[in-house]
Amino acid sequence: MNAGRIGADAIAAKGRWGAHKWLILRRSSQLAILALFLAGPWFGLWIVKGNLNFSYTLGLLPLTDPYVLLQSVLAGHRPERNALIGVAIVAAFYLLVGGRVFCAWVCPVNPVTDLAAWLRNRLGIKGGAHISRHARFWILSMTLVLALATGSIAWELVNPVSMLHRGLFFGLGLAWTVVLAVFLLDLFVMNRAWCGHLCPVGAFYSLLGRRSPLRVAATRRSACNDCNDCFAVCPEPLVIKAPLKDGDKGVGPTIVSAQCTNCGRCIDVCAKDVFTFGIHFARPVSNQAGATQAASK
Amino acid sequence: MTTARRQFIFDAARMACGVGLLGLGLGLYVKQAQALPSVVFRPPGAGAEKDFLGACIRCGLCVRDCPPQILALAKPEQPIATGTPYFIARSGPCEMCENIPCVKACPTGALDHKLTDITKARMGLAVLVDHETCLNFLGLRCDVCYRVCPLIDKAITLEPRHNERTGRHTIFEPVVHSDACTGCGKCEAGCVLQIAAIKVYPTALAKGELGSHYRIGWEEKRKAGGSLVAPEIEHQYNMPEGLKYEHGKGLAPSGPPPAPGVGVDALRVPNPGRNAAPLGGVPQNIPGGGLADRLSIEAPR
Repeated sequence: MNAGRIGADAIAAKGRWGAHKWLILRRSSQLAILALFLAGPWFGLWIVKGNLNFSYTLGLLPLTDPYVLLQSVLAGHRPERNALIGVAIVAAFYLLVGGRVFCAWVCPVNPVTDLAAWLRNRLGIKGGAHISRHARFWILSMTLVLALATGSIAWELVNPVSMLHRGLFFGLGLAWTVVLAVFLLDLFVMNRAWCGHLCPVGAFYSLLGRRSPLRVAATRRSACNDCNDCFAVCPEPLVIKAPLKDGDKGVGPTIVSAQCTNCGRCIDVCAKDVFTFGIHFARPVSNQAGATQAASK
Repeated sequence: MTTARRQFIFDAARMACGVGLLGLGLGLYVKQAQALPSVVFRPPGAGAEKDFLGACIRCGLCVRDCPPQILALAKPEQPIATGTPYFIARSGPCEMCENIPCVKACPTGALDHKLTDITKARMGLAVLVDHETCLNFLGLRCDVCYRVCPLIDKAITLEPRHNERTGRHTIFEPVVHSDACTGCGKCEAGCVLQIAAIKVYPTALAKGELGSHYRIGWEEKRKAGGSLVAPEIEHQYNMPEGLKYEHGKGLAPSGPPPAPGVGVDALRVPNPGRNAAPLGGVPQNIPGGGLADRLSIEAPR
């Protein structure tokens, strides 16, 4: 365990850029997506219309959020063509790159909760409530059951993710209070409470990309010096443990848990360059079990 | 093992109860959100509110493609389902674009793509609610709601009636016809009053409905192409014995000649037995609207 701040060793070993490469790329991706959506309402440059639930790019490319469309279908609606084409494209994309890539690279709530986690760490706030990381799947199930039972897309009434994203382009209103609540929840009540424990959107996308080939792997795990920076910086630290530490038990080095967001922060903060992005086609069986075992401990 | 299983069951129960409680709250909120305020309207092609909330994915494409920019997406603090599109008739009515771009933009069909003729849209129904302040009802010729109506003379007509106050003018009463009104709200937006006398309401609030067992006689007759009561009975005036009155023909004796002293002579009806004058000539002998009227006036005494 190093005494310094998270990533200090990595900065010393790889320089500022080397220790923040994936973080900067990720923030660029988030900003670029926001900028594309904002260009219309702010500058009248209509490259993209809509929001994350459905967007239409250059009058050609429809993109539909599979989660909201699934709720609509469960509510008893038969969508038109554009929504269906859009959902096929989006689903295919996340099947390839990993479902929770949405969380780390696209979702507008991620910078908010990342800021809360960073601040929590800097201020040394510890402890708080404990909720299982499986809660999100229960909430996900609840939203789907509600759509079916009420014939209404219930979750969209309160969803902070779409509320923030939509609000930025169509008028925020009091949606900022909901976003602030998520921020304070993550900061004071519980570490990584929203994205790591509760959010059903992330839970849905994790299921979508369960078998995706694009994975982070601890390819040079023998070089690990147990500094624990990767665990400290990871929004889903349980996913790292088995691939990094259980090599002697026959666990492969690839992080195969569906909860990995492919954010690449572990790659950044590792001074020993243990982690890399790679392609992995094997079925997530043994390591999945490892991850859930770790989760139940 | 048993303790582990017990723990698992307890954990699952705790989670189910917690999330169930959340779900209950959200479910009740859904019920609330399904009640749309009566001043708020959905874009053309939206179905019933309950169906719309299951079909609309809150993307805002209709808002973007609305040429007059009257649509907005609901904010969380508004009493409208968060993120759904709406317009307010009084401040920004639907302009009824012929090509309906909002419907075309809708990716899910929450705005029904089968709606291709904007005059077939049913966003609500205008009602002239306040007969006490409407300028036309006061006898003035405001007519603004009628003039701005995109379906003038179909959705709103002016029906003349006598102005009892002045005794010599006409009141032109604006009347909305539900078979043509799209609920666009142009009339409500155009109403010159401080608060509009004509307002658009959700159709369910504005429109009455006959009981399903009701049949309107004359319509059933028209549909059937003839009377459904067989045989059709001709109206007969109830006359003293020996007399018959037919509308347009007049009074005539009928049946056997009446016995003397019945009063027929007193009514100066010639006795056909004695006089072979044509029957049609009889009523002309009776002044003041004919015998039937006089008899009916005298009858109650």
